[in-house]
Formats: sequence, C-alpha cells, structure tokens
Amino acid sequence: MCIRPVERGHAALLAALTMLAVPGLAISQSYPSKFNFGVPASSQDIESMNIAIAPDGKNLPAGRGDYAAGKKVYETKCGACHGANLQGVAGLPSMPAGAALIGGRGTLATKNPVLTVESYWPYATTLFDYIRRAMPYTTPGSLTADEIYAVSAYILVEGNIIDQAMVLDAQTLPRVQMPNRDGFIPDPRPELFK
Amino acid sequence: MGAMTGSTDSKRPTVTVGAAEEALSRLGEPITEAQAKAIAALEDCACKEGMFALAVTRRQLFAATGLVAAVGMTAMLPRAADAKAPPGAVEYPVQADPTKEQGRMLGLDGGYGSRSQFETETRWANATKTTSFSPLQNSYGTITPSGLHYERHHAGIPNIDPARHRLVIHGMVERPIKYSLADLKRFPTLSRTYFMECSGTTGWEIMEASEPTVQRTHGLVSTSEWTGVPLSTLLKQSGLKPGAKWVLAEGADAAVMSRSVPLDKCLTDALIVFAQNGEALRPEQGYPMRLFLPGWEGNMSIKWLRRLEVSDKPFYTREETSKYTDLITTTGKARIFTFTMEAKSVITFPSGEMKLPGVGFYEITGLAWSGRGKIARVEVSTDGGKRWNLATLQDPVLSISQTRFRFPWIWDGTPAVIQSRATDETGYSQPTHQQLIAARGPLESGAQFYHMNAVQSWGIAADGSVKNVHPPG
Repeated sequence: MCIRPVERGHAALLAALTMLAVPGLAISQSYPSKFNFGVPASSQDIESMNIAIAPDGKNLPAGRGDYAAGKKVYETKCGACHGANLQGVAGLPSMPAGAALIGGRGTLATKNPVLTVESYWPYATTLFDYIRRAMPYTTPGSLTADEIYAVSAYILVEGNIIDQAMVLDAQTLPRVQMPNRDGFIPDPRPELFK
Repeated sequence: MGAMTGSTDSKRPTVTVGAAEEALSRLGEPITEAQAKAIAALEDCACKEGMFALAVTRRQLFAATGLVAAVGMTAMLPRAADAKAPPGAVEYPVQADPTKEQGRMLGLDGGYGSRSQFETETRWANATKTTSFSPLQNSYGTITPSGLHYERHHAGIPNIDPARHRLVIHGMVERPIKYSLADLKRFPTLSRTYFMECSGTTGWEIMEASEPTVQRTHGLVSTSEWTGVPLSTLLKQSGLKPGAKWVLAEGADAAVMSRSVPLDKCLTDALIVFAQNGEALRPEQGYPMRLFLPGWEGNMSIKWLRRLEVSDKPFYTREETSKYTDLITTTGKARIFTFTMEAKSVITFPSGEMKLPGVGFYEITGLAWSGRGKIARVEVSTDGGKRWNLATLQDPVLSISQTRFRFPWIWDGTPAVIQSRATDETGYSQPTHQQLIAARGPLESGAQFYHMNAVQSWGIAADGSVKNVHPPG
C-alpha cells in the first residue's frame, strides 16, 4: 500500500491500530527521505556541459579576441542572417528572422521600439553565453572561445559600446558597461486595474 | 462545430467507390502468393486515388488467410500512412454498409491506434516554423491531445536516444548527481493536470484584432496530464548549500535553451516530467524529460532537460533579458523575471471564421485558466460588455488547469459581440485591451507584448459570420 508523504501521520496511526487489532495482517510502509538513485556526477560530467556565464563572468573560458578578428568571423559566419550592417535580415525561410544587433538607442520609450544588443541587452556576458550555446544558427556550438570573444568585440564596437582597440577576454568582458544596464525593473504584477 | 465553419469537409478526399466495390467483390476469394505479390507491386506505383483503399483491403484478406507472413507483406503496413489520410490517421476503405461485412481486424495499426481518417484538425505553424498553434476552435473538454499540443521551439526538435540522455544536478549542492531516465522513474512520482501557455500568446492582438481564428489568436495554450518527479525530491538528494537561491535549467536542443528559475519555485510545485497524457512525452514536448513549472510562462519549462545548476544569482540568459522581458513603452523600462501567466479565457465556439447557420439556440463554450490557481468564475457577455452573465463551469475545476465553461444563448439574428471574462480564486479578473495599454504602454512594432490576457471579443454579423474584433471603447 502506498502512502503519500503528506499522509504519513495517518499511516503511522493506521499502522499502530492495525497492529493492535490483528498483528501481522497489514504492513504499512512510508517513503524514505533518501534514495540512492543516479550516480555521482564527475567533474568531467560537469565540465563537459558547464557553459552558463553569469554577469560576474565566472566560468568564462581562456581566450581573447578583438574587433579585427571579430570582423572576419562576423563576415564569414554571421552576416548572412544578421546583415552586413548588423541591422538584421527578415524573411529567412523556415527560421527566425536574423535579429538586428545594433541600433535602436532612444527608441525604448516609443511605441515602435528597436530591441538590439546595443539598445536593450543589460549584460555583455549574455552575448558570449548565447553565441557559444546557440550560434551560428546552422552550426551551433562550432565557434572557438577566441572567435566568440572576437565577434563579441566586433558587435560591441559596431554598437559604439567599447573602443575599437579593446581586447575581450575573461577579465575584460564582464566589465563592459552596457547602455541599458539599468533598464530593467522587477515584475509588479498583479496590476490593479481601475 | 467543424461543419459550421464550412472549411473542413470540402478538403476531404472522396472515396473511390469503384475500387472499394472491386475489393469487396473479391472478399472470400482464395488468394495465391502470386496475386499477393502483384498487389504488393501495385503499392509501389505512383498511386491514383483509391488504390491504397484497395491495397489495404487486400492486406486484410492476406492477414485473414495467413499470407501476410508468407509473402512478407507486414513490412508494407506502414506504407498506408503515405495515403491521403490526414496527419495522424490511416486511410481505410469506407464500407458501403458496415453492418453487412466484418470490420477490419485489429492489429493493422501495429498496436498503436490512430484517429479517424475523417478528422482533420492539425496544429497551425507560423512562417518561421518556431511555433505551432493548437486548434482550439474544435477542442472539447479540457485535455489537449498530445499530437495537438502547441509547440514553441528555439532550435527545432532534437531527436534524443533516452538511453544516452542524462540529467546532471550540480552547482551549489553538496552532492552533484547524474540521472538516467531509468533512475528518474524509480523516484516517487506525481501526476497533475496543468495548462501550459506561451508568454507571447495573443500579444499580437494588443493594438488591433489581427488573426482570423481562435487557433491563431489563443492557440499557444494547451492542457495535459503530466507525470514526473517533484524537483524538490531531486534537490534534496543533492543537498542545497547555504546561499542557494536560483537554479539554471538547460536543455539539450541546439539552442541549449536556458532559463534561471527561483529556488522557491523549484522547492514547491516544479516537476521533472517524463510522461504526458499517460504515455512518454512527445519529442516536441521535451522527450525524454523536461522541467515543468506550473502556471509560469511555457518557455521556462525547459524541454530535453540535461542540466540544473544551483546558484546564488540568476544568469541573465538571452531568453530572460533580450526575450521574455516586458518593455513598458511609456517609460522605456522593461519588466524582468515576469513568470506568472495570469487569468485568461476565450470563447472557442462560436469563434473567428465560423458561420452560424441561423437564429436560435447556441451553447457558447470556451476555456478559462489562471497560473495563480483555480478559476472562480467566468462571465459571458453577448452585447459587447454592457451586461455580463455567469457561465457554468464544468467540473472538476482544477488549479492551474483549463476549465471549460458553457453558456446557453438564443441568437436573434442581429449583430452581436460575444466575450468572456475570467476571475481566478485570488480575485484577479481579466482586463480589457485598453487597461493593459494604459498600464504598459502602446506597442505597434519592434517587440513582443508578453502576458497579454485581455478579454477577447468575437463579432457576429447579421449573416451569422464570426469575426475577431476589438469592441469600441
């Protein structure tokens, strides 16, 4: 007989009463608090997939890249979908539109906002994290750390966020101050209508 | 209801009577192996309408006479799916009088049933093939068939061998653990009926009535019975370290889709789900395992779940900054971590592109749901919101699930605007478009209006045709 944890109190009582009345007739079991299912995750298990980068930049990989290297990466691997001018490409067949990466500053408080890395994204670390996990669209996860740092630098320079001479790496990337860093507020819902 | 739309029946292929009759005339005749091979060859031709009907009938005969095994024709059976049957169905011949001959033998479906070849409901996919919408206009009750559950993919549907898939829990835990699907299934499980809704549903309707049907306005919501293991059970196995506050969930798709989830949610009602409506998850729903966060925007319930990283802070992934944040265009500030799907409802019948055949009685029906709990009441208006009447709620009313409502109505043939308004057990009622725009600002282009839960209106013209409208005022 299966008893849910919330009913454990009842189960214990029931078991006691049953034992008194007819010893040995019913055996009531409760759920253990520990199960030994699964195996310890090894450091190799974890490292093979531990790719998330938070704004503090912890866990960013070794490597470096700058605007010039990034321009080459962009032109060969990104431009087809995101456009030669980084303004995006709409109407791609059976895939999402290539998002605009730059522009849009000053449009957020309008009814036709333009949301880009430059105008909207609060953290540069997100750029590295997302490119590494999901881009390029047709060959996701194929860029090296150097290429990702470089193409991030290219996008941030084109968006007038960092200087063209800046080299991005695990130390410098988290220090990039994005224009819309303070543009986000907590969820105030439920809203009080009327 | 489908018949009233006048759009589905005409698409059905007509049965070629001649082929069926020819097949019927041969019933009971002995069949030689040579004949069987000839018909097997027939199936390889560029088939004309009706040929598959014949072939299927002959296959039944082979099965009856034991020749299927003899000539190896069982391998041909799946080919019936190539016939003109709608998705999810197999084309069989229509009997002239099903009371005068034996029906087809069981087992022709290989042991897994399919729907009638006369049913044509399908998901509708958008142009970028990133979302598909559930056909709510012909939905019944509250459960969405698994094959019609809405989809939202960020990088397609991965095809994952469950024997090779692992879920790793690590980060701020005492014991990082790796689970196989078999490991997961050994834990105590729970089954719960919950709705799931994309946070973008109906967002495109905020400024004007744009999409023609309820499938395309509201079809990014569905309800299933989900079975899995409470995430709290798994986190307890690993042991949380002091300071743990968030959990990053990550999928094994090509987007390696990731969202940060507050630990509180993970310890209350979050599930690691491996089954949907009594069978394994469908691939498009995250097979072999997914996260399920009841009442929260669908994209957070990470599919194809491969990793949970316990952390002290959120990660600000692309899907929780660039996307799935709610820009308030009056201030230029965006709301972040807007998780809850608030109370919402929609009339599914009558709805857009249907046509009422004449004056008289109609049962208005629809669905209501809330991410905050149970639906307390649904009101229906048939005069554009001047007067509201209580609808009947179909029992059982489940928490964080869809509730079917019904309202009897006599249409007098004059133009009408019908609406529904849901209120949940917290007392929250659906707003109007105007109230949402006043609270969050107008949005014509450039961003998604997430969490759009305004009252939906269907306008009924004097000729009975039904259209998506925004009422004046």
